[in-house]
Amino acid sequence: MDNDTIVTKVNAALAEEFELEQAALVPDAKIRDDLGLDSLDIVDMVIVLEKAFDFKLQNKESLAAIRTLGDIYTFIGELRDAGTIR
Amino acid sequence: MHGERVVITGMGAISPFGQGVHCMLDGVRNNRCALTPLPKYCLEGVACQVAGIVPPLQQKCIPRELRRCMSPMSVFACLAAWEALEQSGLGRTPERRMGVAAGSTLGSPAMLHNFFEAFLAERSVESIRSTTFFKIMGHTVAANIALACACTGRTLAPAAACASGLVAISLGYETIASGREQLMLCGGADEFHLLVAATFDRLGAASHECVPELASRPFDTERSGVVCGEGAGILLLESLTSARERGANILGEVCGAAMVTSARNIANPDTAAIVDCMRTALDDADIRPGEVAYINAHATATEAGDIAEGQAIATLFGAHTPVSSIKGHMGHTMAASGALESILCVEMLRQSVYFPTRALRNPDTRCGGLRHLTAIEHAKQGPILKNSFALGGCNCVVLFDTYKP
Repeated sequence: MDNDTIVTKVNAALAEEFELEQAALVPDAKIRDDLGLDSLDIVDMVIVLEKAFDFKLQNKESLAAIRTLGDIYTFIGELRDAGTIR
Repeated sequence: MHGERVVITGMGAISPFGQGVHCMLDGVRNNRCALTPLPKYCLEGVACQVAGIVPPLQQKCIPRELRRCMSPMSVFACLAAWEALEQSGLGRTPERRMGVAAGSTLGSPAMLHNFFEAFLAERSVESIRSTTFFKIMGHTVAANIALACACTGRTLAPAAACASGLVAISLGYETIASGREQLMLCGGADEFHLLVAATFDRLGAASHECVPELASRPFDTERSGVVCGEGAGILLLESLTSARERGANILGEVCGAAMVTSARNIANPDTAAIVDCMRTALDDADIRPGEVAYINAHATATEAGDIAEGQAIATLFGAHTPVSSIKGHMGHTMAASGALESILCVEMLRQSVYFPTRALRNPDTRCGGLRHLTAIEHAKQGPILKNSFALGGCNCVVLFDTYKP
């Protein structure tokens, strides 16, 4: 899976779940401040990403450093590189 | 009850007729039936053929951050509450303290079903959305109204099954009359689910009629039982002092209420308890039976319920006072019914008409020889008595009247 595919799939999953405008889905967008997601949404964000990329997040603490949409792309890319997702 | 006078300054409805009080009023006034055949996916395992289903709504007018915690019953309640607040002139989120009293039969049965379906399949809660519980909890309707309407007063969530909506109005009335709140959003909401329809079916109380127009026939010898429905009715109750201070348009007055429990049987209607409840409400309002101009019955078209209520009405009112039930128009909307029918009572007072029992052709004489309304009738002056009863021995009566300064 290349990086563009990751971006497309992440954006599609979050846009559908949280009814976000595509224009708002830029790498610098802060998940809480710019996209307006709160702690409940973050729980659901993990569920939709797990479903979109068919994996189970074993270490929830690894999410702690995620602040922006770009951080999510990087995080998914790292899971791909580690062989967790294909 | 002595204390603050309590008036109604806003009303909102989501009913099987659609969105808005005007929509329900138009349907009932024209004696239409809002019942429809049940979708095929609902039919498995039950004999019910017909239901009072709310037509599709524009839910996306509710912001996602509110809607994410709402099952259909809370969507209905939110839209109804906003309609009531807009009519009151306070706007959807009044910048003043306001309480809420709103009930439902259950938290969302569909969401509970979904939770256990996922959990039992996976033996894990990892796929459960964070908002699932907020749709299942017992006070889901009240909590969602509070959030959507910025209520900062008390949250009351009466769970009295089919009487919940009227019990909520009664609680709101008591709260304002005692001076504890100035404004209360009151009512009930429910969403159709097989669990409730199947329960009535198991109790032998559900209609099996497949022609929607003939499925719900309160007081008629040909009735075949209750037709389950869904919806939400919300009334804004306000202290007369508050309504006068802000120059609100007063739609009607709540002049008395009572709740009486039958401790004899959890399922059977109880004539003595109904008589006691109506008498207690009349005493609360300081009204004699002969002064009541019209009775809006609970009458769900079950044999036991119609007879018990009819005999109770006959005991107190004889054949003197006109009686009708709205269940023939839109079935039994469960926790919403007491509130939706209260809204119609207030509209009947405002429009000086009484709506009939739809499809009533041969009144069952075992119901006590009442003065049934079978056609729309011009109203006379005087208070309206509204009944709601529920499984669990819950009986509630509220009296409404035109506001007189």
